[in-house]
Formats: sequence, structure tokens, C-alpha cells
Amino acid sequence: MKAPLKWLLAYTDIKNEGTDAFAEHLASEMTLSGSKVETVDKLESKIHRVVVGKCVEIVRHQNSDHMFVCQMDVGEAFGGVTQIVTGAQNVKLGDHIPVALDNSVISGGREIKAGKLRGEVSNGMMCSFEELGLSSSAFEGGIDDGVIVLEDLKMLDGADYDSFIGKDIMEVLDVCYKDHVIDFEITSNRADCFSITGLAREAAVTMGAKFEMPKIVVKEEAEGYAKDSVQVFVADETLCPAYFARSVKNVKIAPSPKWMRDRLEACGVRSINNIVDITNYVMLELGQPMHAFDRRTVRGGKIVVRRAAEGEIFRTLDGVDRKLNANMLVISDAEGAIGIAGVMGGENSEIRPDTREIIFESATFDAVTVRRGAKSVGLRTESSSRFEKGLDPMLAKIAIERAAQLVEELGAGEVEKGVVSCVRKDAFLERTVPFDCDKINAFLGTDIPEEKMAAILTDLECRVDAGKKIIVPPYFRHDLICLADVAEEVARFYGYNKIESTLLKNCEMTLGSRTKHQRIRDVIRNRMSGSGFREMLTYSFESPNVYDKLLLKEGDFHRNYVKISNPLGEDYSAMRTSMAPTVLRTLAFNYAQRNKAAKLFEIAYVYLKKENEEELPEHREQLAIGAYGDMDFFKLKGVVEALFEELKIKGAEYEASKELPFMHPGRTANVILEGKNIGYIGQVHPLATDNFEAPRNSYIAVLDLAPLVDAAVEIPKGKELPKFPAVTRDLAVVLKKSIPQGEVIRIIKQRGGKLLESCDLFDCYEGIQVGPGKKSLAYSLCFRSAEGTLTDDDIDKQMKKILNGLENIGAELR
Amino acid sequence: MKEKLAEIKKAFIERAAAAESEETVEALRVEFLGKKGLITGVMKLMGQLSPEERPAFGQSANEVRNYIDSKIAEKKKEIKALELEKALEKETVDVTMPATKVPEGSLHPLNKVTEEMKRLFIGMGYEIAEGPEVEYDYYNFEALNLPEGHPARDTQDTFYITDKMLLRTQTSSVQIHVMEHKKPPIRIISPGKVYRADNLDATHSPIFHQLEGLVVDKGVTMGDLKGTLEVYAKAMFGENTKIRLRPHHFPFTEPSAEVDVTCWGCGGTGCRICKGEGWVEVLGCGMVHPDVLRRCDIDPEVYSGFAFGIGIERTALARYGVSDLRQFFENDVRFLEQF
Repeated sequence: MKAPLKWLLAYTDIKNEGTDAFAEHLASEMTLSGSKVETVDKLESKIHRVVVGKCVEIVRHQNSDHMFVCQMDVGEAFGGVTQIVTGAQNVKLGDHIPVALDNSVISGGREIKAGKLRGEVSNGMMCSFEELGLSSSAFEGGIDDGVIVLEDLKMLDGADYDSFIGKDIMEVLDVCYKDHVIDFEITSNRADCFSITGLAREAAVTMGAKFEMPKIVVKEEAEGYAKDSVQVFVADETLCPAYFARSVKNVKIAPSPKWMRDRLEACGVRSINNIVDITNYVMLELGQPMHAFDRRTVRGGKIVVRRAAEGEIFRTLDGVDRKLNANMLVISDAEGAIGIAGVMGGENSEIRPDTREIIFESATFDAVTVRRGAKSVGLRTESSSRFEKGLDPMLAKIAIERAAQLVEELGAGEVEKGVVSCVRKDAFLERTVPFDCDKINAFLGTDIPEEKMAAILTDLECRVDAGKKIIVPPYFRHDLICLADVAEEVARFYGYNKIESTLLKNCEMTLGSRTKHQRIRDVIRNRMSGSGFREMLTYSFESPNVYDKLLLKEGDFHRNYVKISNPLGEDYSAMRTSMAPTVLRTLAFNYAQRNKAAKLFEIAYVYLKKENEEELPEHREQLAIGAYGDMDFFKLKGVVEALFEELKIKGAEYEASKELPFMHPGRTANVILEGKNIGYIGQVHPLATDNFEAPRNSYIAVLDLAPLVDAAVEIPKGKELPKFPAVTRDLAVVLKKSIPQGEVIRIIKQRGGKLLESCDLFDCYEGIQVGPGKKSLAYSLCFRSAEGTLTDDDIDKQMKKILNGLENIGAELR
Repeated sequence: MKEKLAEIKKAFIERAAAAESEETVEALRVEFLGKKGLITGVMKLMGQLSPEERPAFGQSANEVRNYIDSKIAEKKKEIKALELEKALEKETVDVTMPATKVPEGSLHPLNKVTEEMKRLFIGMGYEIAEGPEVEYDYYNFEALNLPEGHPARDTQDTFYITDKMLLRTQTSSVQIHVMEHKKPPIRIISPGKVYRADNLDATHSPIFHQLEGLVVDKGVTMGDLKGTLEVYAKAMFGENTKIRLRPHHFPFTEPSAEVDVTCWGCGGTGCRICKGEGWVEVLGCGMVHPDVLRRCDIDPEVYSGFAFGIGIERTALARYGVSDLRQFFENDVRFLEQF
């Protein structure tokens, strides 16, 4: 909400110093009392260094048949008499004329510099209305053909013209509105501050000054009565608790006076004509949107406030056809709609240059209905944004009078007698709100005396009854409902920053902590960082086409994603169901930046739809790891195993997997923990890397977080170190190449029993020495007993058992 | 005989001085002290002496033997030390050659900032609560005094899934989840992702991070809120940081405030970071609205509370001097490795 300072302060006794510093000071005080200032702008003329000069000599230009060389007295401040060459034919000796001096700026930002015209020096230029961005028609006596001669202008008749010499022409013509405009952010609870008077009231209380509403008197000079010109019917009282109408006869549509145009324009509202300007002026001044109908177009002289018919088509003022629905409120006449209530009027009833009779509307419409209506036709107007915050019928009643008064003051027409109204019984009921000094102090942690609180509330126009512990808020403060609201008012003007800082001194201590899940998550993150991976943070929505890029089949569960109904674009419309696209896109980005290698990880959610779509999707937390450059399957497996080691998770197994279409069929494993598949690890399928423009040697591991957290041991039990020596035996077997090493080691461990302390593969050989289709695996086995030193016999027995087991899968001792 | 001993000693001293390797010294030892060595040879001649002369001569011979023995040991040690020195000389490396790389990882700057905040608040007795990102309208809006049709909903451009389901626009939704399940005293923080339909640019992102704080207990005051935020501001922005509360409006707190801290760039005198204001807005806060408490079955006549919401990105931008927020989400390893 833009508030020109001169207008705002007119309702207060705050002295306007007119300086930048004053405007900034007021803005900062207002910000600290709760009216947040966005900007402070300075309104000033865009015309610079154009001053009145007196023609003290005029001669014909020697080298031109139409130009004159003039000596102009522009005043001591600008160097006294200076030579100006002009082509204007209306200059006479003694005339007072605006002169654009050297380095001046005229209309359109054009700069004027001293120069020579056909050999004669000209230290500037004499100006016409157009060159100053003005219209001659606004100045009686002014002409378009030639420069401005002050003696011609009716407005300056009888003035002491010499006193204007050296003065800014814009000031002399009184066309320069100089002011500061403060732009306030209006929060949704303060409909009252969406007006100049509302902000003036806040300013007055903030600065400890007085506020006064404009005095409203309507003379009602027309013969007739409003009730004979218009009838009002409200079909739905809940959606329109109050409707006021007044009628004006003998309307003379004309431009508004300058003071009104200046104020409107300073607020960013274009001046149209006196009647439309009055409605806008009242809206800005009081916060009550108004509307004016051309009486001729109100068929049957009847105004009906009703719900729109479903699908009703209606053309608004801006010439656009709008489709209405039954949740919207319209203003209609005897035959059809003439306005969307609280949003915009209709083209059919708008004010035209030949309008002679008007009907003013000032009404209260239901906030939510206006908001929904405005939204459904895609129109958010100055009017709707005020109604949607909730307005009071009393304001509507004041506004209709104010509009009538302005019509009379502007001589824009004759106001008929009386107000036609349709008001719900409870429209003007007062409310009470609890007020308890002790409770407020206990809540704020302050020690403010009751008188101080009462004074603040009284300044805010609340009626305070300390005995009954209540206040009656003014009609315009719908936001004051409970004690906390009253506490805020007190705190705002007492000063938030005067409240003493404490640290929960009335409360008992609590223990701060993290859950196991949160602790393990942090352990994993630190481990991954320690393993050389960089943590990334990514967007959780995707393009739906990533599932094609992942080569997923129709019907794959990943394709069943949570869809954003109003995404920023198709590419951001699918909540991710897999971390793979996220990882691949990040690897691709790094690859495109020519980074030789990238190792990244993230712990984040994928969002999996539940069968019952009304339930929230499962937020499955996953650890996603991605890398290219200096990476292969076994390095990545080592990273995962180091993680398990960190978490003291034992017994994870790896099962070759071909089921993920975006993964390399020969270099991918499912990770199995306690019999459950908790994720996958491997190289990405080249077709998938190509689809994402990621490098071919991209590796991914994705593990569900929950099973890791469950299996993680935070406090491991220490064991005593062995007392007896260990015995080491090597074992090399030859077997079919297709048998996974994991199978061999599983048998060794199973057969080795509890005496087998460890078993490590130390060699794997394929080649002529073992024959085609075969491989040799060599293990180092370590036996130990807690009870005593093992004998060769003990070991031989175990080795025999192991060998027997291995023979079952066709392995031979090498 | 005595002359003989003196000759041997003299010869040894000359030879020993010339010896440069361990082998030569060993050869000297054999030559002088060995079974067939010179000393032994002289000792053998002792029989020719009279019994009176023998002890004195024996003593002299032993003295010479001991002298040679100790000199040889000394010499050997000397030579070993020299040889080691030479060997080490050969092992010299160019210390300016590049190091062997140890895998170097890092945590994301946004998470590092969040972690600092977590530590601070855990130290002040807070627990960490988490809540869903795909959320019911009820938790994100309705329960927070933002019923359907409330104009303040416009200030948060919301991504909807269905009429009733959306991507949370604020971590404040977690307040409701916590209060539904836990009775006071409540002290929680809740960091997490939030979503708003803003296009990505240097200062906006459709996904960003907040850290919510909520305290509900008997006798919680606005002074407690202010004190808590002062501790936060000093911890995050430096010991000399001051805060300033500006009245504002959030439907779910009353009174509400926006909080500025003295600019970390200039300390409050005005600079580019604070656009000359001296203050930078860092969070929103307020006293929990009694309707919100009531909706969660907490009696506002008995309990009161405060809540605050901190923007993580803004804090991280300030902390690390990053100018463009997009870098946080591009995850270029060259960017990440700086933190």
C-alpha cells in the first residue's frame, strides 16, 4: 500500500518536515510498531533546471529567416542574462518564458546543452508545454504553437511576473507534486491498514500524536430521494451483511481537481474522471472499495445481490467475458448481472462521458466469497484484495457518505436525499475482548502498569473497561479477538525490544537429544564423508520422463509417482520414486563441468504412493551414492563395507542381480541384510548413462536407511583377546568359473565351525594351468580355540570337513 | 719388550686413523687382537722375562689391548654412523613433490549450518522432530489458523497434490504433529525441506530448508522467546550480534515478530550485504496462538509457548559468503569441496 506522506499526515497533527530524513525516521518508527515499510520513494519533478527567464533583448538571427537571438534574464543564481536562440514566433520583448538552461533535463529525459545555432551561441532552450510534458489544454490561455509565455496564462493574471525570474517553472505552474511515498506491506489481518486513514492512525499512535477522521457532511441538494431512484435487494444476507446506495443527479463528468489527481497518482492509481476518481479516492482513504453505476444502465432501477448462476457469462469492465459459478456473488439489476461483487464492475454499467445519473455502491461482502470469486475468474483487484481481508459494515456506511460529500465538494453532481440500505440485524453489534493486565504481563514477561496498557488501547480506539476486564475494539479491528491479540497491541506500542530477555526461567530443565535414527544418520553421513564422498542436496521432484530414461517397463512401480497438480513445469511435476535419476543427473552435471571425477552421496526421501491414495505417501529414506572416475564395482563395494564396519553391521551379502533395467546386468548386486533386500550397488547401464548424459563409468549404490539404523550397533561389547595361538592353513581349490566365490566362502565358514576364526581369499586365478571354464581360488584359513592350543589333528579334521563340503559343488583341491 | 708394545700401539693408531670401512676395522681387530694377532704375539714372548718383570709387562700389554679394543669399538660405531648418514642421504625425497591423496569428502554447507543449529538447540534442551514433506492441508494450513479461503495462504504459493494434500510450505506443520503426540514440556526443533512455487533464481528456489523451533510449557513468556533468539543470534553470527524484533503477522502466533540481526558484514553501520540498513532479517517468530494449542488439546489457560522459523539458505549464504543460491543445488564437486 503506497501512502503519500502529505496525504497520510493530513489526518494527524504530526508536523511534516518534508525532508528525506523525516520520511526515513517515520518509516523506521512505523516498521518497529508493526507497519512494515518496503520502500520510501521520493516524488519529484522529472524536469530539471528549467527556470523562468525574462526577454530583455530580441533580434533576428543573421543567418536564419525564422530564428531570433534573445537575451534572457534568468536570475542571479543562474548567471543573470544569457543568450538563447529560438525558433518560436510568439516571443516579445519583456515576456516571461521558461528557459531550459545548459545541462537541463526536459520531458522524456531529454538533456539540453549549450551549443551554437547557425553560428550563434545558445545557452539553452525556451520551452513549450509539450517540451515540459504538459498539455496546453490544462492551462487556460496556453497555446501549443510556440513557447509558454506566462503573460498569456489566465492562472497568473495580475501576478508580479518579475518575481518568477529564476524560479523553477514547474513550481510556478504548480504542476509539481513533491512528496515522499512510503510503501507499506499490509498483512492479512489488518484490513484497516489497507487505507491512508488506517496507516495515519498507526502513525499517530506510533509518534504519540493525534489522529482525526475526515469530517463528513452531506448537503443532499437534489430535490429527489434516493429511494425513488434505486431499490436494493440482498438475496443472501450471510454473504452480504450490508449494502448502501446513494444516487446522484445532474452529474457532470469532468477531470478531477489537481489535488485529487496528485494523491491518486502518488498511490499509483490512474485518474479517470471525477466520479471514478471519487470511488478510488474513498477506497484509498478509508479502505472501503466503492462502485459507481450509470443509473441509465441499471434496469428497473433495481439492484439485487445474489449468487451467480452456474456458468453465467459476464463481461467485466476490462472487456473480458468471464464465466461465473454459483459460489460467486454478483450485483444484478432487474435483468442481469452488472458487477461481480467486490471484484469488478460490468462493462454494461460503467461510467461514460455522457453519464448524467449515478448510483454509488458501498457494501460489505463476505471475505472468503470475494476471494474465491476473484480467484476463479483470475482477477485480483484493489477491491478484492481489501474485501478478502474482511471489512466492517460501519466502514461501508461511512464510505457512502464520504463519496457523496466529495461529489458535492467537487461539484460533480447533486446528491439525492437519503441512503438506500439493506443491512443485516447484527451488522453493527459490538464485540468484547478479554483484557487482563496480570495475564498479559505474565504472557509477555513484562511489568507494564495497567494504566499504560489502557492508554495504548485507548489510543487505538478501543474502549477499555479494566473493572470488567474487557475491551470493546473499534469496528475496524476485526483482528482483535482474544487476549493474545490484546497483548500484541500492548507489546507493539510498549516496544517489543523493551521486553527483558530471559531463558525459560519459569520452566524446568529438559534433556536435549537425538533419536537413534538421527544419530545413525549422522554417523553414516560422516562415514561417507570420511570415505571421500561429498554430500549433495537435491530437488525431490523430477520430470516424469526420467522413468523412460531409466528404461523402466510399463507398469513398473517407480512409474506410480505422486503428481504435483500445479507444478512449475512438466519437468518438475513428479515426486521422485527413485534416487537413481537424482544421482545420474548430478553426475552428468559434474561431467558437463569437465570434472575428472565425482564421488557424491545424499540421504534423502523417495515418495512412494500408498494403495489408499488419500493416505500420505511413504517417505522412504535412502542413502544414495554415485561416482565416476577412479571407481569400479569393488571400490564401491569397499565403501559400502566400510560403512557396515562403522555401523558394526555383520553378515551383509551380495547377490548378483539383473532385475534393474538401468543397471549393468553383469555388474550389479542386491545387498541382502538378514535375508532382506535393502538396496543395490553396481555400474549403471550404458543406455541409462547415455540417456542422462552421464559418463559411461557411472556407479550407483542405493540403500534403505531404516534397516541400517535397525541393524546398527551403537555400543558394541568388547571381547577378551585370545590366549592361545592361532594356526593358519592355506587352501586352494579348482572349480567351475560360474560358481560365485561367495558360495565357496559360505561353505568354508559353515563347515569350519567355531574353530575357524577367519577365512580370506588371497588369490583368484583363471588360465591355462586350471583349464578352460575353471578357476582357482586360494584362501588363507585361520583356526583358533578359546580352550587351548590346537593340534594338527584338530585342524586336519576341520580341513577334511571343509573339503568334503567343497567337493559337493565340484571343487577339487589344487 | 716395552718398546715393542709401544710400537704396536703406535702402528695401531696410524692404521686405525686410516681405516674407513667396517671391514678394514675388523681386519685391524684380527691383526692386532686376534689369536694370531700382534698383541697375542707379544704376550707369547712374556716367558722370556724374569718373574719380577712379568706383572708389570702383563699390565702394560693389557692396557694396550684394552686401548685397542675400545678404539676399535669406537671406530666401528663411528663408521656405522657415517654409513647410515650416507644411506639416508641417498633416500632424500623432494618434499615439494605432490602428496599422495587421501580420499577427501565433505558435508553439504546447508547441512553443516543446520548441524550447528542442532547442536546449539540440543544443548539448550531441545529434541529434534521430523515430519512429512508431502503433507495434509490440515497440518500445513488449517491447524495453523489458515483455513481455506484465508488470504495469508496467498503469501505462500503452494504446490498441491490433491485438494487435501500438498507439499508443505513451512516446517510449522511439524508443530502440530508434535503437539498431537506429546504433552508439555515440549522443546523441539525441526529442520527440513519446504516447497513453494517460486522459480529458481539467485535468491529463490522452489525447494528450500527451514528450521522450526517450538517450546510449550507452563509460564513461557515472550521474554523467553527473545532471550532464546539472542542466544541463537550470538552463536550463529558472533558474540557482538544484537537482535531486533519487528511486529509482524503470522496466523499461528500472536504476538508475532520478524527478527533482524545486526549485519555480519558491517556490524550495523550499513553495507552492501544489509543494503545500508545495518540489519538483516533472519527469521520469523511469535507466541503460539491459543487456538493452535487448543486444537492440539493443550489448554492455553495453563500452558503457553513460542515458535520460530529460521531460513537455512539465507543463513548459509551469509555464513559462507555465497552469492548465488543455485550453487547449493547444482552439487558441482568443485563448489562442495570448499566446505
